[in-house]
Amino acid sequence: MVSIVRLLSQRVALGLLSLLAVSVIIFMAVELLPGDLAQAMLGQAATADTVAAFRAQLGLDQPPVQRFIGWMAGVLQGDFGTSLANQREIGELVSARLGNTLRLAGLAALISVPVALVLGMLAALYRNSWFDRMLNTTALSTVSFPEFFVAYILILFLSVKLDWLPSIANITPEDSFLTVLERSLLPVLTLSLVVIAQMMRMTRAALINLLASPYIEMARLKGVKKSRIIYYHALPNALAPIVTVVALNLAYLVVGVVVVEVVFVYPGLGQLLVDSVAKRDIPVVQACSLIFAVTYIALNTLADVLAIATNPRLMHPRG
Amino acid sequence: MNNIVDRSGKPFSRRNFLKLSAAAGVVGAGAAMGLPAAGWAATSQPKKGGTLKLGLAGGNTTDSYDPGTWSDTFTFVGFSAVYNTLVEIDVDGRAIPELAESWSYSPDARIWTFKIRPGVEFHNGKTLTAADVLASINHHLRTDSTSAAKTVLSEVQTVRSPDPSTVVIELKAGNADFAYIMADYHLAIMPAQGDGIDWQAGVGTGGYVIKSFEPGVRMVLERNPNYWKPDRAHFDRAELLGITDGAARVNALVTGEVDVINKVDVKTIALLKRNPRLVIEETKGAQHFTFPMLVNSAEFKDNNVRLAMKHSIDREAILDKILRGYGSVGNDHPIQPGNRYFNQALAQRPYDPEKGRFYLRKAGLDNLRIKLHASEAAYTGAVDASVMFKEHARSAGIDIDVVREPADGFWSSVWMRQPLTTSFFYSSLTADRMFSLGYAKAAAWNETYWANERFNRLLTQARGELDDGLRREMYNEMQQLCCDDGGSIIPVFASSVAARSTRVTHGGTTAPFGELDGLRVIERWWQA
Repeated sequence: MVSIVRLLSQRVALGLLSLLAVSVIIFMAVELLPGDLAQAMLGQAATADTVAAFRAQLGLDQPPVQRFIGWMAGVLQGDFGTSLANQREIGELVSARLGNTLRLAGLAALISVPVALVLGMLAALYRNSWFDRMLNTTALSTVSFPEFFVAYILILFLSVKLDWLPSIANITPEDSFLTVLERSLLPVLTLSLVVIAQMMRMTRAALINLLASPYIEMARLKGVKKSRIIYYHALPNALAPIVTVVALNLAYLVVGVVVVEVVFVYPGLGQLLVDSVAKRDIPVVQACSLIFAVTYIALNTLADVLAIATNPRLMHPRG
Repeated sequence: MNNIVDRSGKPFSRRNFLKLSAAAGVVGAGAAMGLPAAGWAATSQPKKGGTLKLGLAGGNTTDSYDPGTWSDTFTFVGFSAVYNTLVEIDVDGRAIPELAESWSYSPDARIWTFKIRPGVEFHNGKTLTAADVLASINHHLRTDSTSAAKTVLSEVQTVRSPDPSTVVIELKAGNADFAYIMADYHLAIMPAQGDGIDWQAGVGTGGYVIKSFEPGVRMVLERNPNYWKPDRAHFDRAELLGITDGAARVNALVTGEVDVINKVDVKTIALLKRNPRLVIEETKGAQHFTFPMLVNSAEFKDNNVRLAMKHSIDREAILDKILRGYGSVGNDHPIQPGNRYFNQALAQRPYDPEKGRFYLRKAGLDNLRIKLHASEAAYTGAVDASVMFKEHARSAGIDIDVVREPADGFWSSVWMRQPLTTSFFYSSLTADRMFSLGYAKAAAWNETYWANERFNRLLTQARGELDDGLRREMYNEMQQLCCDDGGSIIPVFASSVAARSTRVTHGGTTAPFGELDGLRVIERWWQA
């Protein structure tokens, strides 16, 4: 128990440091990009005096260090500021998008994690069988195609040809949960297909490794049922690598799905980040980046904690 | 826009007539033939009700209610339904009264007087007065204005309102086409507040009230029951969805998620045409692509080099490959063939590498190595067009090195800085506006820094000239000057291509500029 508490406090402290580093790096990176918000907003229509007026109104004419400190001071007081582009409250802007992103990631995880684990176990159980080979081939093919390709294939068959599901995820805050579910099913399926393969193969590999160890052999010789061997003897010891790979995939579902968002017109956080980078809207970019960084750090910490918690040798270290 | 798919059943409309006569090379002063003012009377009986769903490219999460920042289709089309301007452009490309009931101008076309339409109410019940108009125009004119329309209004000297129903705009010099400028979508009329306008509220005088607006995602509009135009705004509701991805837009249209999409990828048009429930809508000459050559750069100082470049591009090939025929070849001047001042006598410049080589030698060069900074920011296919140009120019002894630039930051750090880039312009309805914005000396968007004395003198003269014949002569000469001396290679005029479901329809003729019926699709179209 002590080790977990120590690990957690260490991780939280390191996490806060990482967040600070992330915000500095992101700020500098956006500063390094050519042009600023004034030029990006006006685009081809920019003229010297409108750009100057824009900068003066938004404080973009102040030195970068000063702007960064001002932003940091706001964040420490819980104020993320307003979008430079249209003066919307960032808290409000980001929370709606974050809700959408988390819902999409959550639904995809709800489908993909159980499916991947069950399929992984089955594949380990019947390894090198016809079933195992088919599963592996299918999983490897879906993960080898770029996600937009998987998305277009699903749209072509489920939406254009069969007309079962809408081709775009046109959801509004007023929609009921069932409507939202129906409208976001295609992106959820796409994401599930993309992430299932890695989790399934990791489950399979971890289990197969263990199934070759002597204590499993012993259990088998005792005549324990195959399924019982997997659930009670192998799985608990295989959890650490599986949890790690699940956590990585969950993080991907939150931070890496911008392509799927674009294809399905899903108003998530990724699209907001891409738009804001293109327009050099630094406060929004910072807010999104911090959320993504927090997601990664939190999920990785969770994976480590779970890995320790499921391993008695780490949980109760000797001496 | 012309109805491509089922044009066979349509009567011989005036627009078709213009198109045919333009093709035969005999178009007269088409738009200037003194046609009667038609107002808003539609030709067939529109059906009321229903919801119009638009899937539009050009929505950004950074979009704002501030009219000075509107810069792409989503805000143009959405806010054009919410607000009105003083002047409207009708489907034949003429300036007709909108919030200005009528207007008049001094004999030198320098002082313009607009009479404000009485009894018009904003969505919040406030009655429109000249003070609102004054504030709305000043929003773009102020010294600290960040508006994209500031340049458009640069010729305005003062704006004043002698009484609550009159606005007088005094220009620095006469401009016979000033009414067209007041139809700019940026110049939306909003309620005055303090010493500015209340743009944050989203309250206008238009046919639709904003129910919700999530920038970059969605705008929901509901019909304004109190709309002052009798025969407009037929849909009960309109929903605009921002769909950036071209394939997603087409999918949304094909699966019936939306009724109308813009910016159809020309590569997919042939496939869409096979679908009997879809109609392709083409707006001819909506924009033109350019390769600006900076005339103040060492490379292009010599007009012979510019002429060598202009002769070394195969325009037909670009029209065919990049636009799949949805456009027309350009002649190195920015006046589109449908414009009433289009120079019919000017010979089309052919692809002639021999002549290119000749001009190169005249400039004292055996061959030319030049970098072309290309980006898809200019238009879809800009990089491909540049690579084609490279191949065409090779046989003239010109070695073009195509440098692909990211779309991000292209306008601020590459365009108008590198000697040769890719670019585009939306074609203007009036020759004056096109020349003033993009070709006049010291104009903010004079993308080649071209400064031809004769051209600039003619531009000022033609602007104040009320005699149409004289004006035509001047504009013809100016097109010639652009063609023979200007800094821009203008290979093609591109149509803007939209597609609609047969669930919605329109009066048969759509506006000949911009896209989606001159951006007025929401208040002009109705359900079939």
